[in-house]
Amino acid sequence: MSEQGIINGTKIEREQVVAKAPEAANAKRFHPLWELTIARVRETLREPEVIFWVFIFPILLVFALGIAFRNTGPQKIRVAVERNETAASASAQAADALSRSSDLDVVELSPAEAQQALRSGKVALVVRPSVDEDAAARGHSDAANSNDASASSRLSLYASFSYRFDPTRTESRQARMVVDDALERAAGRRDVTQSNDETITEPGARYIDFLIPGLLGMNLMGSGLWGVGFAVVNARTRKLLKRFAATPMRRSHYLLSFVLSRLFFLILEVAAVIAFAWFTFGFTIHGSLLGMAFLLLLGALTFSGVGLLVASRPKTIEGVSGLMNLVMMPMWLLSGTFFSSARFPNFLQPFIKALPLTALNDSLRAVMNDGASVMTSWATVSILLAWCVISFIIALKIFRWQ
Amino acid sequence: MNTLRSNNIEQAALSCVRLVKRYPDVVAVDGIDLEVRMGECFGLLGPNGAGKTTTVEIFEGLTKPDGGTVEVLGEAWGKGRDTALRNRFGVQLQETQLAEKLTVKETVQLFRSFYKRGRDVDSIINLVELNEKRDARVGKLSGGQKQRLALACAMAGDPDLLFLDEPTTGLDPQARLKLWDIVEQFRAGGGSVILTTHYMEEAARLCDRVAIMDHGHVIASGTPAELIASLDADQIVEFSVKGKVEKDALERLSGVRRVRANGDGYALTVQDIGAALPALLSELEQERAELVSLTTHQATLEDVFVSLTGRMLRDV
Repeated sequence: MSEQGIINGTKIEREQVVAKAPEAANAKRFHPLWELTIARVRETLREPEVIFWVFIFPILLVFALGIAFRNTGPQKIRVAVERNETAASASAQAADALSRSSDLDVVELSPAEAQQALRSGKVALVVRPSVDEDAAARGHSDAANSNDASASSRLSLYASFSYRFDPTRTESRQARMVVDDALERAAGRRDVTQSNDETITEPGARYIDFLIPGLLGMNLMGSGLWGVGFAVVNARTRKLLKRFAATPMRRSHYLLSFVLSRLFFLILEVAAVIAFAWFTFGFTIHGSLLGMAFLLLLGALTFSGVGLLVASRPKTIEGVSGLMNLVMMPMWLLSGTFFSSARFPNFLQPFIKALPLTALNDSLRAVMNDGASVMTSWATVSILLAWCVISFIIALKIFRWQ
Repeated sequence: MNTLRSNNIEQAALSCVRLVKRYPDVVAVDGIDLEVRMGECFGLLGPNGAGKTTTVEIFEGLTKPDGGTVEVLGEAWGKGRDTALRNRFGVQLQETQLAEKLTVKETVQLFRSFYKRGRDVDSIINLVELNEKRDARVGKLSGGQKQRLALACAMAGDPDLLFLDEPTTGLDPQARLKLWDIVEQFRAGGGSVILTTHYMEEAARLCDRVAIMDHGHVIASGTPAELIASLDADQIVEFSVKGKVEKDALERLSGVRRVRANGDGYALTVQDIGAALPALLSELEQERAELVSLTTHQATLEDVFVSLTGRMLRDV
């Protein structure tokens, strides 16, 4: 038996009393870091909610966004034609002319309804017909004179239209061009040059291809922060951290176990999303799988480091939730998960580029979409590394054990 | 309390001198001197808020004292030997709730992995008689089983010294007995124990010596027998009456050491019950007070606390 414990004869007697069966004094044990990590993984897997948040939720998100932004045929633009009492036929004719365009989806609405639909973004543009009485009068005599039979089926030339739309909306500006074109044609304009369209759909250039790397990045952030943050603060409120602090356990081992256990879930989480996107949307990875794996690994480590930092002080679940939202909110908005972060103004760009999620999203897209080597992303990789190491070290320093 | 630094050949399991811990609103520990010998079971007694837990957490190295010195198993905290020291004692904290989703075996295995030495996981579980529950989740255990698991975690490193903070609070009598058995078994092997409790019968059963704490001070210490003997009485007589009895009159009765108002009546600390009881009854008759109830019991540590502070342990 251990000699440390032998103060006098009593220690030996104690072995006889307590030890019921012969056994090795220093039984074989695994490394504490391993035990801590396994315990983390077991605890997480035994929370049924985790299965939902880790696997089901990201897949649902990919599915919903993939459907909402699917590239199955060009999207029709919704426009409204105002019903006008004094120019009822002009309204009807305009609606009829526009509905023949394959790019438009037309509704006839009262002026008030049209206004409301425009304001709430249900339609991109409102067409307001009005009748020019003098021109109409002249037109009728013209029509009587020229025996042009087709003239009556054409859109009345004597109606005029005004377009109401918000020029800051791209869709509205596009609608104005399409609507104007359709009405002019209906009124008899002829094209002077011949043109035809060649359309292509290239995998890798679709929205879903842009979206998947961003969603992977966002998931790593979410599960890293929530997974680590909740578990740490929960252990703190249950005084489990204090209990651990009273053992010879190395404190860095405890924090590291969170980082390591995240790697286990990373593999499952990423595989689920990519497999689903491949199966449903034909998503493919253009770059090297190894490069992608490296970036995902680094991303998972980084966000569990940030998660530890966020969870290093709060004493309550409410406290850590607020703090995590505060940390994640700017990255949800700015880091280019759903649309490119290049859309934000220049003065914000240095800040946006320094965010870990931007760095992860950008380097993942470079590898997964553009087939670039990880080496070309050295700048974003160093940003991730810096976040990972610095947040872990600070967390270890300021961690509250009781 | 008389403080003597141990210069015996036998090393002290723990000693502290003029220990102080202040919080913004209260002085939790106000100059405590204690010495616990190797192989001894030492009890810190007192009501909630007396400073027991703070004192123990300073011993465990979880809280830094504001003044005074502590030596645990011959080592002081913060001298670069903290990890070596933590390998030699086990802790059970009052408020810790172990992870509910892990099983008994997984929990013990985790704690075992922190310590350099110790027996194997199964025999630790055996020690606290949780064999049948080894694959049960911690969340499904009863209160007593959870406390025994906490004890198993405390003993995972085959410690020389065990700190137990209110180990049986909230347990039913049977669960309490079982826990006491395990502690006694540990002691039989030569282990030292420092425990806090506000159950006097627990202290009387387990502890070789106790220190009674109140408001951050040690107000008495010694063996349970010594402390009870310090009352200079062997019986406590409690009675209640309809009518009025003067305290002075009671104090003059033969064999009565101390008189304390107690509800509708009094509690008398009595040295010679054979003389005191007839005297009391005749006094009551003389005063025409109608006796409603009367009980007597052997003096206990509880009575020591009451006589020192004027308060009951449990209702503070």
